[in-house]
Amino acid sequence: MSEEKLDVIVVGAGVAGCSAALLLARAGLQVALIERGPYPGSKNLSGGVLYGRVLHQIIPDFWEQAPVERFITNQVVTFLTEDSSISLDYKTEAFSQPPYNAFSVLRAKFDRWLGDQAEAAGALLVPGIKVDRLIVDGEKVIGIAAGEEEMFADVVIAADGANSFLAQQAGLRSRLPEEHVAVGIKEVIALPQDVIENRFRLNGNEGCAFNIVGSATQGIAGGGFLYTNRDSISVGLVIQLADLIERQIKVTEVFDHFLQHPFIDSLIKGGKMMEYGAHLVPEGGLRMMPRLFMDGMLVIGDAAGLTINNGFWVRGMDLAIGSAIAAAEAVIRAHESRDFSEQSLALYHQKLSESFVMADLQTYARAPHFMQNPRLFNVYPQVLRDIFLGIYEQSARPNQHLMTIARRAVQQNDLSLLDLLKDLWNGARAL
Amino acid sequence: MKSLSVNEKLALNKYELDEGHPHIVVHQAVCEAECKIRACLFVCPANVYSEQEGKIVADWAGCLECGTCTVACPPQALHWEYPRGSFGIIYRQG
Repeated sequence: MSEEKLDVIVVGAGVAGCSAALLLARAGLQVALIERGPYPGSKNLSGGVLYGRVLHQIIPDFWEQAPVERFITNQVVTFLTEDSSISLDYKTEAFSQPPYNAFSVLRAKFDRWLGDQAEAAGALLVPGIKVDRLIVDGEKVIGIAAGEEEMFADVVIAADGANSFLAQQAGLRSRLPEEHVAVGIKEVIALPQDVIENRFRLNGNEGCAFNIVGSATQGIAGGGFLYTNRDSISVGLVIQLADLIERQIKVTEVFDHFLQHPFIDSLIKGGKMMEYGAHLVPEGGLRMMPRLFMDGMLVIGDAAGLTINNGFWVRGMDLAIGSAIAAAEAVIRAHESRDFSEQSLALYHQKLSESFVMADLQTYARAPHFMQNPRLFNVYPQVLRDIFLGIYEQSARPNQHLMTIARRAVQQNDLSLLDLLKDLWNGARAL
Repeated sequence: MKSLSVNEKLALNKYELDEGHPHIVVHQAVCEAECKIRACLFVCPANVYSEQEGKIVADWAGCLECGTCTVACPPQALHWEYPRGSFGIIYRQG
């Protein structure tokens, strides 16, 4: 590492870090992009698809060169009970044309490509280096230390992921509370391309993505996901940590139970498990957002807690890129004015507030709380199951009107009308 | 689909093992004084933690570096840091 001072050090080569480094290098700044893994993406894992419009803004038509797996034309929400599944299945041709809507990606391939783009723009990619700590002069961050080596810059951008030890060291954030994080567990399962296309009724490079609620998690707050890659399937669970700790159930057993559910099993059967991974998911939304800037330092991406889960979809990567764009704008301006103080870097917060990132976090500000409602996981899937059983099952007894079936399903599951109305009202406001 | 054990799953992953440099150290005294539920035994997706003769042992080589234990365990119970550069889990899919 050089003793000379750089303009910017970006710590962490995920989508946030690579995007920030790319934009800053393009603007002519001297940027080092430091990654603790041997290559960008080697420590990264996602449990959702990439909504691509934001990346399209900074790398037009990126899907033509990037290693994307499939473009998502089919989005499904599925409620699971022990013996049933009820799905809302949305498929549209509108998502099968450029610029597309969403892509499945495998991060070890995708982030590596994005790192290459940052490098091609002039960023200095430094893989295999773990940043141990920030170097601070008074109240100001002036660089980073890794082992015996030190590196200095006008600004350090912490893009070091959900755990962000740098944001903690800087005092921008305290220790993560268990109420604000979830643990994500995932398997990538290989299946031949034609099997995937037949099984999921996909044409060519179309893909589908499932969000799964209910006995997926044995009633623990959280949900499942499954999406198709080119010749593999990513399938996993995101489990709220506070609830898991409360229930004291072994998370690996919850995951196995999920994989063995007949609905999931039918989608992954015959496949070969290739990789098993886990990752922390920041789920607190605005409530867990750390202070995002200080003298000489900014926080972006998962490190800033930028994810949203509203039951229909999970987003993080597009918010990470949005935060990288806002951060780059602020740092470029600070570079021009040679002012890297907290006041100057506050422009990052302002740009972020003006962007879709904060707007969406505000829109779904109530979602994290709503998504902790135990009835969502324990009661409603069962109510839906009983309603659909009532509709479709032809016994020798006379059929009932839908209203009667629904009322009975509500009563059988000890759901009070008041709770139902309250949840409908809160759901409508949260989502 | 036939289900694999956690160990069988981890065996399919790629790791660069940093022998002699454990990145997780358990402080037994803090565990004993402050922890009743032993969350590490059930929250870890890689089954890194086990109880042996009343003590918590971390088999850190299989760690997926998610950090869940650092949130679930009492403060100071673990010294947990990422493995040194280029070591640890290396995702090939992600």
